[in-house]
Amino acid sequence: MTALLPRRGLAQILALIVILAVDRVVSPQFFDLRLQDGRLFGSVIDVLNRGTPVALLSLGMVLVIATRGIDLSVGAVMAIAGAIAASLADSHGLPVVLAAALGAGLVCGLWNGFLVAVLGMQPIVATLILMVAGRGIAQLITEGRIVTFSSPDLVWLGNGAVLGLPVPVAIALCMLILTGVVVRGSALGLLIEATGGNARASELAGVGTRAMILAVYVWCGVCAALAGVIAAADIMGADANNAGLWLELDAILAVVIGGTSLFGGRFSLVLAVLGALIIQTMNTGILLSGYPPEFNLLVKAVVVLAVLLLQSPKLTGFAGIVARLRRTKA
Amino acid sequence: MTLKALFAASATAALLLALPANAGQLTIGFSQIGSESGWRAAETSVSKQEAAKRKVNLKIADAQQKQENQIKAIRSFIAQNVDAIFLAPVVSTGWDSVLKEAKEAKIPVVLLDRDIDPSGKELYLTAVTSDSVHEGEVAGDWLAKTVGAKACNIVELQGTVGASVATNRKKGFDTAIAKHANLKVVRSQTGDFTRAKGKEVMESFIKAEGGGKSICAVYAHNDDMMVGAIQAMKEAGLKPGKDVLTVSIDAVPDIFKAMVAGEANATVELTPNMAGPALDVVAAFKDKGTVPPKWIQTESKLYTAADDPQKIYDSKKGLGY
Repeated sequence: MTALLPRRGLAQILALIVILAVDRVVSPQFFDLRLQDGRLFGSVIDVLNRGTPVALLSLGMVLVIATRGIDLSVGAVMAIAGAIAASLADSHGLPVVLAAALGAGLVCGLWNGFLVAVLGMQPIVATLILMVAGRGIAQLITEGRIVTFSSPDLVWLGNGAVLGLPVPVAIALCMLILTGVVVRGSALGLLIEATGGNARASELAGVGTRAMILAVYVWCGVCAALAGVIAAADIMGADANNAGLWLELDAILAVVIGGTSLFGGRFSLVLAVLGALIIQTMNTGILLSGYPPEFNLLVKAVVVLAVLLLQSPKLTGFAGIVARLRRTKA
Repeated sequence: MTLKALFAASATAALLLALPANAGQLTIGFSQIGSESGWRAAETSVSKQEAAKRKVNLKIADAQQKQENQIKAIRSFIAQNVDAIFLAPVVSTGWDSVLKEAKEAKIPVVLLDRDIDPSGKELYLTAVTSDSVHEGEVAGDWLAKTVGAKACNIVELQGTVGASVATNRKKGFDTAIAKHANLKVVRSQTGDFTRAKGKEVMESFIKAEGGGKSICAVYAHNDDMMVGAIQAMKEAGLKPGKDVLTVSIDAVPDIFKAMVAGEANATVELTPNMAGPALDVVAAFKDKGTVPPKWIQTESKLYTAADDPQKIYDSKKGLGY
């Protein structure tokens, strides 16, 4: 467990508690829960449910960033997977729909990984290609329309419940555990960190850095595809123009809030997901507050700045010096 | 074949190509923005239908959301010496020089759906657009009439912050309900014109308003956000269309589907038929020299469940929305 939740998570947990408290102040019924059609209903559930797509994206993104890479294409991959799922939903069973959508995510990940690991392109440029082209591909699949479906199986993925929890939340939890077991239950996590820390040295030490890089981009693509299927299931339709739009930035932000350095070399899955929850707790709070929408982005920026300042080593170091000075004076 | 014969042949061919396929038939070039939304696709297909109805040869150039492509398309239309040019401008500025070229070539330009900035007013014949302030008013008037004298708390799903359509649709609605003290907008947030955000924002409105019991009506700046909001209400155990009145704008096919199911009450149409009035204006201008007014406002028609939504859905679903 210590491997999953290191002590450096203190700042993030503190930030989450503070934002939750603020939400409680702006919306007194924030923690109210009741059962509606066999599903828990309340603002806290909204936070978890709406935070799912970014949480899933951050699970893949954090591994990519750990290898000193970045994946800008996840939003576009979401759109592609959603478009494929929605187009097939009414004519095929759920296994086929999921296989096709997740398969598309896997192919997208392979493409990114190939450009970065084999051709040696800069990750930001390599994934920018798919970020631009991917949305176009999704629009080609949907022919620019919002493709709707009524297949109850796929709708359940977005709106159903497992033991009272919304299905998307249960899926995200399973993915977190699965990813955690695979990368931390073996040496894989360490090898990924080694690749990000110093690729050349790792290579010489016998780490298959190319395979590592390829693998993390593939996983990132699969996670993004799953997020895309859930987003489409949620609104019972695929909106290629808007699905996952700008979510790559939210995912990167979630990873950074989770304390993972963009320079690679170390990562925490749990904290990345916590970062996604912090972002969504803030978003839901803004929606509940009733402030005019013109303030949304400003409030967001200030909160993000505050959370990142909490983690800044320089600033915490400075606070320590001030505390020591006070003590010596007294 | 001698060189001379080749020249003669190609000259004849060029002459044949230059001649209109049918004497008296109008040829009109249409620079369309591109496929930015379902509405845009519907506008393109309705334009084709309207042109075919009037036996006009309509050449459509897709600009892929880029002004330079639109300018290129207009220049090529001028070179082909078309009878008129339709332009759906992607932005409102930067058209002066290319419109001057069209004016010098004596080709009238009609703007569709969007206007350009005031400095270029004398450079085009007329603009066919809807009045988005008026759309908001129609929505507000319907709600005021339907609610009557009883007190009504309204929640509003705004379009993208800063988009002129969102500002105008808000302004029109606010003006319409200002006359009725019993109508009050209690919450207003942006849903970015999308289904997903419309649903998320409605979920929070429901929680903030005591499980949605105190919400009497929802006003959304477009139908897509309303489709999302309807889902949110159903998941919260509310009955949209019955417990909560809905009114939105655009009249896309899916809102009629919701009306058939009794889950939506009213929508105000942003008609995709901008080309029809424009074609009539050009025909009158070419035949009799009639100069139209600078602005032709399209009708903002209100549709409710009483208007046979199934039939409208069937007629609209093939248009590419």
